[in-house]
Amino acid sequence: MGFETHISVQDLNVFYRKEHALKNITIDIPDRKVIAIIGPSGCGKTTLLKSFNRLTDSIEGVKVSGKVLVDGENIFDPGAEVTHIRKKMGLLSQNPYPLPMSIYDNVAYGPRIHGLKDKKVLDRIVEHYLKVSSLWEEVKDRLHSPASRISVGQQQRLCLARGLAVEPDIILADEPTSALDPMSSQRIEASFLRLKEEYTIIIVTHILRQAKRLADYLVFLYCGELIEHGPAEEIFRNPKEKMTKEYIKGVIS
Amino acid sequence: MDRRKIEEGVFKGLMIISMLVILSSLVLILAVVIIKGLPAMNLAMITQTPKGGYYLGKEGGILNAIVGSVYLAGGATLLSVLISLPVVLYLNVYAKKGAHLVTFTRFSLDVLWGVPSIVYGAFGFTIMLFFGLRASLLGGIIAVSLLVLPIMCRAMDEVIRMMPKELLEASYSLGATRLETALKVVIRQALPGILTAVLIAFGRGIGDAASVIFTAGFSDSIPYSLFRPAATLPLAIFFQLGTPFPEVQDRAYASAFILTVIILIISVVSRILTRRFTRHVVR
Repeated sequence: MGFETHISVQDLNVFYRKEHALKNITIDIPDRKVIAIIGPSGCGKTTLLKSFNRLTDSIEGVKVSGKVLVDGENIFDPGAEVTHIRKKMGLLSQNPYPLPMSIYDNVAYGPRIHGLKDKKVLDRIVEHYLKVSSLWEEVKDRLHSPASRISVGQQQRLCLARGLAVEPDIILADEPTSALDPMSSQRIEASFLRLKEEYTIIIVTHILRQAKRLADYLVFLYCGELIEHGPAEEIFRNPKEKMTKEYIKGVIS
Repeated sequence: MDRRKIEEGVFKGLMIISMLVILSSLVLILAVVIIKGLPAMNLAMITQTPKGGYYLGKEGGILNAIVGSVYLAGGATLLSVLISLPVVLYLNVYAKKGAHLVTFTRFSLDVLWGVPSIVYGAFGFTIMLFFGLRASLLGGIIAVSLLVLPIMCRAMDEVIRMMPKELLEASYSLGATRLETALKVVIRQALPGILTAVLIAFGRGIGDAASVIFTAGFSDSIPYSLFRPAATLPLAIFFQLGTPFPEVQDRAYASAFILTVIILIISVVSRILTRRFTRHVVR
């Protein structure tokens, strides 16, 4: 392998009751890049993303086999400490879900549960990450008003700041712009391009143009199977598999 | 006019009639309580305990029953919250989705909800006999708790179930444990619903007579200990209505008026509290 890897998936199978949602997925996710998981809806993109930090746990009737190694530790190992693994990854969901507290407390939530109490340090963290997610200027005068009062686009940037505040190495994003207006989407994309110097960003998207704009590395799933993966440019220019070719051309979707 | 328009009109009419039936019964009940009760109201009613001969139409009031009822319903509500919250948090945060235990618990609570309150009274009484307890405030609190527990649990459960699961995932993904998520996110988000559940339970508890007949007993003095019998408003109403004297019967309506006002005050206060504590709730 030519690159270091935080996340390494080996023979991952996920079942929902009878449905075989992910079939024998084996892949190493490269570091410090934007990795886009693409494919038609219902093909297991979100499931794959959720299995990276074991959020599959909360799905009804789910069964998982195989391994997901995060920094060499199998997160599906019964002894694995799940809170520790999740701390390494920030999550952006389709719709922003601010916690039922103030803007400030949303960002401070993560650091606080991990034991940080010093008010001055918290202030600095909140300011820093709100700046990183380019929300600071808009909310600096109302940090203590409810997070639910800001716009959806601002909420998504707040969720980004909240995720970054626990100092993860990886950002998981599940169609993070699908609920946003074009302007807000653009700001999120811009943040990703800035952040990829320091973080591994894994984004699920069904928008091919978004994948083209952002991704360094592509993972193409179809009906729960990993069809093709590799550097984005290569795949877009010269897909090896017929299925990938047709998806990129828009023949299947 | 075509058939579908007539259909629409007929059903709309039926719905309006049903609504009028409900509203007018409420207005009528309130009107009777106020018209018959208000003339019998006086300061003594709410500041004095029954003096000798109160039930024959002489002086005194029902302070014993007011205090007894508030203690009893308050105590039972508190006890029920302490039991309900862990139950619903377990059902919604800890238990595996779709586990048999969860389904069975919800089913049991629904069955318990339908059990008549006299059964809780009788059940409570049997247990008290077993432990050698006499009719007392404590016995009443336990019986009323049994009565309101299923109501409170299911009311809270419904609210927490409606919560988007992504909100929990957001908390988990930051490395929060289930307990941290339950206490810092779930309870906060569900607070309006939790307060409503508490309110419904309190209203049900303070208004119930059958569960306290055997368990709390009755007393003309204000209960000063958990082990003393306590009077309650529903029973006071019952005893006063049961006398042959019209002026005492009117006092029963005055007592009903007091009970209504207590419930009204609790409702208003909890609405205000809800508004104050829920500005952060995500809608």
